[in-house]
Amino acid sequence: MTLEVVDKSLETFVLNLGPQHPATHGVLRVKLTMDGEYIVHAEPVLGYIHRMHEKMGENRTWAQYMPNTARMDYLAALSYNHGYAAAVERAMGIEVPERAEYIRCITVELNRIASHLLWFGAFVLDLGGFTPLLYAFDDREQILDLLEAITGARLTFCYFRFGGLYNDIDDDFITGTRAFIKRLRSRMPMYHDLVTNNIILIKRLKEIGPISQEMARRYGATGPVLRGSGVNFDVRKHEPYSVYPEFDFDIPVYSEGDSMARYMVRMDEIEQSMRIVEQGLDKLPEGPIMAEKVPKILKPPKGDYYCAVEAARGSFGIRLVSDGTNTPYRLKLRSPTFSNLSLFSEACHGMIMADALALMGTLDLVIPEIDR
Amino acid sequence: MLTTELIRLLAFLVGIIAFAAGNAAYLVYAERKGAAFFQRRTGPKEVGPQGLLQPLADGIKLMTKQLLVPEGVDPILFKIAPIMLMVPAVMSFVAIPFSEQLTARHIDLGLLMIFAFASVNVLGLLIGGWGSANKYAIIASARVVSQNVAYEIPMLLTAITLVMATNTMNLNEIVAQQGGGFWNWNLIRLTWAASPLTPVAFLIFFTCMLCETNRAPFDMAEAESELVAGTFTEYPGMGFGVFFMGEYANIVIGASLVTVLFLGGWQSPLPFLPNSVVWFLMKMYAIIFTVIWIRWTYPRIQFYKLLNLSWKILIPISLFNLILTAGWLKVF
Amino acid sequence: MLIDEIKQALANLAVIEKKEVKTETAAPAPAEGETDQADAGKIVTTEVIEEPALHQTDYAQKGYHLDITVAPDDVVSAAKQLLKLGFFIEAVTGVDWIKENQLEVVYDYNHWDECCRVVVRTFLDREKPEVPTISEVYSGANWHERETHDFFGISFLGHPDLSPFLLPEDADYHPLLKDFKA
Repeated sequence: MTLEVVDKSLETFVLNLGPQHPATHGVLRVKLTMDGEYIVHAEPVLGYIHRMHEKMGENRTWAQYMPNTARMDYLAALSYNHGYAAAVERAMGIEVPERAEYIRCITVELNRIASHLLWFGAFVLDLGGFTPLLYAFDDREQILDLLEAITGARLTFCYFRFGGLYNDIDDDFITGTRAFIKRLRSRMPMYHDLVTNNIILIKRLKEIGPISQEMARRYGATGPVLRGSGVNFDVRKHEPYSVYPEFDFDIPVYSEGDSMARYMVRMDEIEQSMRIVEQGLDKLPEGPIMAEKVPKILKPPKGDYYCAVEAARGSFGIRLVSDGTNTPYRLKLRSPTFSNLSLFSEACHGMIMADALALMGTLDLVIPEIDR
Repeated sequence: MLTTELIRLLAFLVGIIAFAAGNAAYLVYAERKGAAFFQRRTGPKEVGPQGLLQPLADGIKLMTKQLLVPEGVDPILFKIAPIMLMVPAVMSFVAIPFSEQLTARHIDLGLLMIFAFASVNVLGLLIGGWGSANKYAIIASARVVSQNVAYEIPMLLTAITLVMATNTMNLNEIVAQQGGGFWNWNLIRLTWAASPLTPVAFLIFFTCMLCETNRAPFDMAEAESELVAGTFTEYPGMGFGVFFMGEYANIVIGASLVTVLFLGGWQSPLPFLPNSVVWFLMKMYAIIFTVIWIRWTYPRIQFYKLLNLSWKILIPISLFNLILTAGWLKVF
Repeated sequence: MLIDEIKQALANLAVIEKKEVKTETAAPAPAEGETDQADAGKIVTTEVIEEPALHQTDYAQKGYHLDITVAPDDVVSAAKQLLKLGFFIEAVTGVDWIKENQLEVVYDYNHWDECCRVVVRTFLDREKPEVPTISEVYSGANWHERETHDFFGISFLGHPDLSPFLLPEDADYHPLLKDFKA
């Protein structure tokens, strides 16, 4: 339900969806100008967690910057690791051995499942359903245990190195992952039964927060936000990298463009990621996990390079400018939620606050990624 | 004669206050344990055996907090609001028949009295939100008023259909008419049903009861993820505690009403078992368990869809039920 | 092919750049008595050729397909051409070339249907960096340009609101400049 005509003579008041608020994930402040319950103007105010990662890139060596990449989108940190490693490998011309590529894909997809599960729980919590969060966290905890055994971290992973990985996976990981996939597959029908098919949730999400393709193009939206509006664009299929061409998986696309479509895209992506992990484990080759001749001190040739990967929230891009020394000259991180949030102001015009919060939930925001 | 009457009154006074307060305190514990059970965790278990002394710890915490009154609030309204929420709920206990002998006063218009007090409870929430001088609280109280007004109407309409059938508003007599066995309860009465739609009326009444007490999925007043804490945002310590106790007392009243009107009050389900207060309590707590269950399962609905549900669906059905009952009673 | 279409559309916008090309030609045999071993057999001539700064790059090596340098005033027309062909804006950022006394603004574009990354660059004077905004064409550039202004101090002429975005409201410094001292 939206306001059709906005009259300039409306008596409006300014409400602060402040930096501390249960529904804005992270420190996001939105200045809402409201007429009663309708939003007349929304202005996101950012910068509360800005740590200037791009300047840090210029002051560290190439290898020292790897942990920084995990601190931005901490829920899908392995994708960021992958993007940075792939960018430097492209610049230096390093070839990663096949086993390492397969393990990279498997762990990135596991991380994507964990990120989507957390999004699912937190999103339904925003809508008032308190319980699915704990069930989703139960599954997510298992993924974190699996990844902790091989990477040593639960949240901010720093697992990839230039040329491969630093630690190989063992049989415990393989059996544990297979058991986990079996368990999650059996629980997904429960989530769909209790939550997706719940009449209250359907009424809360259907036809709420429409985002048209034209709006998405103007703002550069990516990820499930774009795929929920009918555009079949996923970096893994569009610009294949790593060993994704070897896997057989679909890209879920829903054309309605409303919040329900974006919700369904993410739920289906969990299933597709499980497929990729299974295929990865089946096809995993033997071999080294680190490339042969990676110099200790990296000095990529002069010039600028770009690399994009599909993170859980969309297309994450890195633009490197190297001047031939051992520190980057310029490191630009293109975060997907930065572009996704920029369309919030136009999209939530005229909505009531509950619907705007549902829309914000489907954008899947992680503010540290926006602020960097 | 006067002294026995006085002693009886005093005993009931103490009993009702103890019942209301004890329920308010231990329903919080039951809710937390119930929520934990639905969410596959354990809930409070540290304080006392199985966490049974948790409400005591919560009470002590709330009482020792500083009762600060924020600048800019209206002092009288701010302080009256929690009291206006708590007092009517406790007073409504006077009319509820716990068993044949355990009724504080046999009030002829008992049902009307309870509904009257339920409206004062809305006033308390409105005053609390307005007096807080906080934008979130004002939005919340505006929502609460429209929600409660919208849902009182179907509640009253369904109650009227019952009153038309039973010919009395005295709650004790309504229960007495449901004697015999569970097939005589108003819910599924087969001898002379108030109307064939009485089970539907039961569902409508139950839904309206959820709304009147501001429980999820209708908890606009405290929609946590949107409005922080809604009407209670600015209330510290015991002010918040009194609001909370008032809310649980309202739930107990609502559940008792449902039990008395539809489920046979203190009547036992099988004719050869004696009637007693135990049946009443069992039925009441079963309803409260369902209320808690619903809260932790469903998400919240949007506000305008909530009002649509009431004005466009529940009220027409209740009106239809009313006319049908009138016709039924005339014919039979 | 999309890349040919966009190359054609942007061809006349590219800035002309000068490149030095060294060619070696065989020298005539040395005269009697003058044998200078060092130059024997080669003459090196240097020509300066001018060509538009529009290059189709090796994707596997660089990660993008097309690289074009335009004058600052042509940024908006380039954006319009790209929007007409259905590209979307991916990022807008700057690079500080302090040695050449220039600030570079880099625009990254991509397309949904076919993988075709176009990089549009423009070079600005470091003392007075001004470039027209493309936020009328691509609304998403609004935030990207605000961020670039925060970090480098580049003025985007015509931008609706260039107040500090990620930096604190009262910040008057630009951290990503090479001569910034914290």
